[in-house]
Amino acid sequence: MASEFPNTPMLDELEKGQWPSFVTEIKMAAKRSPMSRDLLGLLERSYRERIGHWKHGGIVGVMGYGGGVIGRYSDLPEEFPNISHFHTMRINQPAGWFYTSQALRSICDIWEKRGSGLTNMHGSTGDIILLGTKTDELEPVFLELQKIDFDIGGSGSDVRTPSCCCGKARCEWACYDTMNACYDFTMTFQDELHRPAFPYKFKFKFSGCPNDCVASIARSDMSIIGIWRDNIQIDQNAVREYAQKGMDIRADVVENCPAKCMDWDGQKLTIDNSYCRKCMHCINAMPKALAPGKDRGATVLLGSKAPIVEGALLSSVIIPFIKMEPPYQEIKDLVQKIWDIWCEEGKNRERIGEFVQRVGLGNFLEALEVEPVAEMVAHPRENPYVFYEEYFEEDDAEGETEKG
Amino acid sequence: MAEATTERRTDYGPPHYEQFLPPIIKENYGKWKYHEILKPGVMVHVSETGAQLFTVRAGSSRLLSIDKIRMYCDLADKYCGGYLRFTSRHNVEFLLTDRAHIEPLIADLAKLGHPVGGIGNSISSIVHTQGWVHCHSAATDASGVVKAVMDELIGHFTHTDLPGKLRIALACCLNMCGAVHCSDIAILGIHRRPPRVDHSRLKKTCEIPNVSASCPTAAIRPTVIDGLETVEVIEERCMFCANCYTVCPAMPLNNPLNDGVSIWVGGKVSNARHEPMFSKLAIPYLPNTPPRWPEVTEAVRNLVELWAKNARKYERMGEWIERIGWPKFFRMAGIEFRKEHIDDFKHAGLTFKRSTHLTF
Ligand code: HEM
Ligand code: HEM
Ligand code: SF4
Ligand code: SF4
Ligand code: SF4
Ligand code: SF4
Repeated sequence: MASEFPNTPMLDELEKGQWPSFVTEIKMAAKRSPMSRDLLGLLERSYRERIGHWKHGGIVGVMGYGGGVIGRYSDLPEEFPNISHFHTMRINQPAGWFYTSQALRSICDIWEKRGSGLTNMHGSTGDIILLGTKTDELEPVFLELQKIDFDIGGSGSDVRTPSCCCGKARCEWACYDTMNACYDFTMTFQDELHRPAFPYKFKFKFSGCPNDCVASIARSDMSIIGIWRDNIQIDQNAVREYAQKGMDIRADVVENCPAKCMDWDGQKLTIDNSYCRKCMHCINAMPKALAPGKDRGATVLLGSKAPIVEGALLSSVIIPFIKMEPPYQEIKDLVQKIWDIWCEEGKNRERIGEFVQRVGLGNFLEALEVEPVAEMVAHPRENPYVFYEEYFEEDDAEGETEKG
Repeated sequence: MAEATTERRTDYGPPHYEQFLPPIIKENYGKWKYHEILKPGVMVHVSETGAQLFTVRAGSSRLLSIDKIRMYCDLADKYCGGYLRFTSRHNVEFLLTDRAHIEPLIADLAKLGHPVGGIGNSISSIVHTQGWVHCHSAATDASGVVKAVMDELIGHFTHTDLPGKLRIALACCLNMCGAVHCSDIAILGIHRRPPRVDHSRLKKTCEIPNVSASCPTAAIRPTVIDGLETVEVIEERCMFCANCYTVCPAMPLNNPLNDGVSIWVGGKVSNARHEPMFSKLAIPYLPNTPPRWPEVTEAVRNLVELWAKNARKYERMGEWIERIGWPKFFRMAGIEFRKEHIDDFKHAGLTFKRSTHLTF
């Protein structure tokens, strides 16, 4: 039964319609791969029973690495022997997800020989996901990947594969070189990427501007988002051109400005840049006429995550503005300090964002030796239960005494 | 296991991106001046040097066979000098220098069944997770729901006919590997039954202190049953997060009678106009009805159409709802407001209405 093409009446329904079908993809792979054939059978069964059939994995991996492979076992090994184990390998993608056809073909060749022939291009964290292989193929796959210079990504309680937007490669809005920074951080933190030693995972994501195309503010423990601090560059002729071509500059641009710092008199667009919030709206609306300023850098934010364990968080500002020049030492030093504190004091499976919530941002900054600034909060506190740390004694001639 | 050797190469990192950049990008790196959307799914970037780079973006199912990747490679060789890239939303992008190649490429993509679009005021591909295809804690499938929803919405992928961008995401459990919590529409697999503890297996497979500590609501207590050290779950405290199951396989929550899908709306990550926002609960529960999840596709289509009809230009789903207010949103969407819509986790009070800014 295992080597037959299974009957999949329910999955076949998902080959109808215009959107590309994942079922068609699995069937293509199944022409050669018994694993993919068994996957079709198992998945059809999940569709019938409305329940998944995977157990989560024991520890599997390649020699010398703690992360990068996710163990996966079917709970119906007798019925589907070819996927009794069906592990995922995370492969560290090139920055910006640029490839040559030659590099992709080499990966396909390895995966044709040693895996299911199925991939995710790409997983949500950014890696190339090679979906489904057997335990004794893991090491050979790694050896073949080495020959084409592809290394394994992260999994477990370590640095996860950093990712970035295409930045300066193809975007006029990039306020720093996201691909360079992403590659540089990835190389610097190789050890932390491959050998889990943290309380939980730690993700870096690099976006070149506040549009945040890689969702770093929602999906990374450290979000590095490009920004500028001088004036938006305006080409008034190009603004008038947009107006002539029918854009309602007042309604579409000026009235959508959250800072209410723009004006348009029919001839000239003016911006009071000291109030501009760098939201990108006006630049997005008129890419030919407006551009971010010239004094560019990034805002560094900390702590976003999905709900597990204590609820979802967005990243919050830790450095309002920093110039982004290689080797990015100042940020890396900060990262090291953050890890030291978190590894020392963090609880098992506590993300940095949750850790900061628990100990308090003020205390965390103090431990980091970072000065608090108003850019770090949406507004100051509303509750009056303040932990003042110093007070005077009546007989204290000198003034301050540390609290007892 | 093979034995360790001193020459074994590790930690060499990903290939350097520069070798994968087409010459036009290397020459114009950091020099791009502006871009224009030429038609749905096609843009041109113009450099200070005058160079023009055309991008054709095609949707994909994210789960790709190596056969399909090779077909992409053939197209890249035929039209783009062998270069291509992927986007953060699982689209594939072909980068061209010759304007004349755009239409033939689009025609070839159509032959492969890959629509071109997803740029500008449209829906881009749905970011999603593994589901029943490959994950242990999935409360629903991922690829199947996404396929069914995108079949319904494909017209908004291939056209830029929406008020603003619409970003849909799906996660098959509360782990949210796809970080769906900041999407215009989020489809989220949910469990609704507390874990069933396999007492005979628990002590053998799991560490009891870790299991107890894994629960955000302290619903798990160590106990002894029939002389076996194990844990018990205080069911009223369980909010079905599956955290315990991730730590301990002897506590499965997966259950065909109770698992299903919830729908969340109004989140975003970009800073444009409004600050980034979390998605908020619109529909607490829809059943799992494979293979095509008609309840989910219909609910999503209704939400998209409602927003498309009523929002102002550029207004994202969440910005529109914030303008009209949630009570009006619920009335317009025809969604019944229920107890589940009221937050009862940490800092829930911050989500209560604390003004008389009401519409009737
Ligand atoms: C332990 C906590 C609290 C205690 C013991 C407390 C006590 C009181 C008392 C005794 C009054 C009446 C004073 C008077 O009418 O002469 C009052 C008024 C008030 N409290 Fe509090 N309060 C507490 C917390 C809060 C909190 C958390 C808030 C708001 C977030 C709050 C907001 C107010 C307001 C707005 C009034 C004024 C009502 C008015 O003037 O009509 N209180 N509080
Ligand atoms: C121990 C806590 C608190 C006590 C004892 C307290 C007490 C009072 C009292 C006695 C008043 C009335 C003042 C007056 O009538 O002239 C008042 C007013 C007020 N309190 Fe509180 N309060 C407390 C906490 C808070 C907190 C935490 C907030 C805000 C987050 C707050 C917000 C206000 C406001 C806005 C008013 C003015 C209300 C108005 O507009 O008339 N209070 N509070
Ligand atoms: S985040 Fe900004 S710089 Fe990066 S690709 Fe998106 S719009 Fe361009
Ligand atoms: S970037 Fe945003 S805040 Fe700044 S001027 Fe433009 S629309 Fe206004
Ligand atoms: S969201 Fe949940 S079920 Fe889906 S892939 Fe992630 S952990 Fe698995
Ligand atoms: S599912 Fe979550 S809330 Fe329920 S017992 Fe497990 S850890 Fe606790």
